Amino acid sequence: MRPPKRRRRRAKSFVLLGLCAVAVLVMLAPLASILYTCFVNGAGAITPSFFLKNPPQACNPAAGAPCPQGGVADAILGTLLLVGLASAIALPVGILGGIYLSEFSERPLARPARFLADVMTGIPSIVIGVFVFGIFYFVAQEGWISTFSAVSGYTGAVALAVIMIPVVARTCEESLRLVPTSIREASLALGIPRHRTIVRIVLSSARGGVLTGALLAVARAGGETAPLLLTAGFTTGSIFGLSGWTPSLPVLIYQFSAGGEPNTTQLAWGAALMLVLMMLVISVGARLALRNRFGGRTT
Amino acid sequence: MVEHLNAWYGKTHAIQDISLTFPDKQATAIIGPSGCGKSTFIRCLNRIHETQPKARAEGRVLLDGNDVYQEDPTEIRRKIGMVFQRPNVFPTMSIYGNVAAGLKLHGGYSHDEIDTLVIESLKKSALWDEVKEKLDQSALQLSGGQQQRLCIARALAVQPEVLLMDEPASALDPISTARIEDLIFDLKHQVPVIIVTHNMQQAARVADRTAFLYLGKLVEIAPTRDLFERPAEKLTESYITGRFG
Ligand SMILES: Nc1ncnc2c1ncn2[C@@H]1O[C@H](COP(=O)(O)OP(=O)(O)OP(=O)(O)O)[C@@H](O)[C@H]1O
Ligand SMILES: [Mg+2]
Repeated sequence: MRPPKRRRRRAKSFVLLGLCAVAVLVMLAPLASILYTCFVNGAGAITPSFFLKNPPQACNPAAGAPCPQGGVADAILGTLLLVGLASAIALPVGILGGIYLSEFSERPLARPARFLADVMTGIPSIVIGVFVFGIFYFVAQEGWISTFSAVSGYTGAVALAVIMIPVVARTCEESLRLVPTSIREASLALGIPRHRTIVRIVLSSARGGVLTGALLAVARAGGETAPLLLTAGFTTGSIFGLSGWTPSLPVLIYQFSAGGEPNTTQLAWGAALMLVLMMLVISVGARLALRNRFGGRTT
Repeated sequence: MVEHLNAWYGKTHAIQDISLTFPDKQATAIIGPSGCGKSTFIRCLNRIHETQPKARAEGRVLLDGNDVYQEDPTEIRRKIGMVFQRPNVFPTMSIYGNVAAGLKLHGGYSHDEIDTLVIESLKKSALWDEVKEKLDQSALQLSGGQQQRLCIARALAVQPEVLLMDEPASALDPISTARIEDLIFDLKHQVPVIIVTHNMQQAARVADRTAFLYLGKLVEIAPTRDLFERPAEKLTESYITGRFG
């Protein structure tokens, strides 16, 4: 190889590598900035009362009147309940759906189902919120439910579940597809029935990907604001179960960040930090749990 | 015993009317050029062939006088063990777990029985000495040859009545290959062994009888020595003397 050519190749490689590095920085900069700002502004709000009390009246301590700090106790609880119930609905449905799409892809229903799941992932979440609210409103009007109103935690959880299901199903399908056919054949050739092969061998081999997909969906549901505005509502009071208006961290952030009063603004920052930390804990925790007992990572 | 076996991939007629018998206490080798249908043929015997989309098979395969194609495929696959061309260990299971998988997922075995069968199978497949210290470690950390012997142990653990092997040694070094050949030699006294191979020396070493397949048809089956020394068919002769394939 003649030297000038080699130099040019090295220069090209250097430039491309530089561009990749810049792209990584551009990608990570907002994340770093968000984490930093949330910590700087929100860390001060995180005191015992943040977890124990509910939001106070908006007021400005500079105006002289004593101003209780308050907390976001029921919004944290509300988010946990909403996301918990939504996950309890969406994860089983999504994973079973994913198994159908991947392992029974020769069935006539699989193709349209995959297409519809893709369409659904693309529907704006507020539309799903309106739609779910509409159903519950109709049902409530007809008097079919009496224990809770159309705007309730249940409605909110269903809306979140509808958002989560296609995400879980498609990621589950994709990770099951990554399991090589030879592994399925190995199991079938041992005389292990198909359903047990799918659950114990295929699903277990793909558990990393399935879990990542589930987490992605949980994180997405935890951060959704728009559909909850319409379905779960908001309150600064206490909640009893999910049957009434149910506050959540994202909606609280939305409500309080616009007010401009120092004490509620402070709570909104604290709530933002809290939400980010919750997502971080969920995803790190699950990753640790997933580290299989051989110490390595599974796909 | 196989009678008039035919197999298709979509419209491709991969196995055309093959009939032959596999005697007890013997190893049978199947040889033939690449793509002639050796894998397809043995995959029909345990009904793994039909698990692929668009693949189907017709004919009779008799095991103890019962037609495999009239019975429950899971039960059949359990009786007819199979070792594949490339090692396919279960990636999320330990070495022990891989060998025990068949027993555990069938159910009905006590812990002690599983332990005994796992150890026995690992010994038979000549892997025991290499793994006895690390049974609970990932199966993926084994070398390719060790993984292949692990797959053999896994197949043996469920105590099959017939063992099918699809080029079990094609990815192995000479030492592992020799071990597997020894194993086949021992095994054939317990169960009939059917082994696909590209390596004619290997067929000559381990098999009592050898079948030559060409373009989806059975050309000739004979005692191994006869087939190699006095082939009845011109086609067989030109294949084993290396004139094609
Ligand atoms: N999944 C499949 N779909 C369609 N055709 C296939 C498939 N698998 C095999 N075939 C075709 O069936 C024929 C027999 O293939 P088979 O794998 O049985 O050959 P083989 O004798 O085992 O070859 P090799 O020695 O290379 O392993 C080939 O012509 C091949 O193209
Ligand atoms: Mg083959």
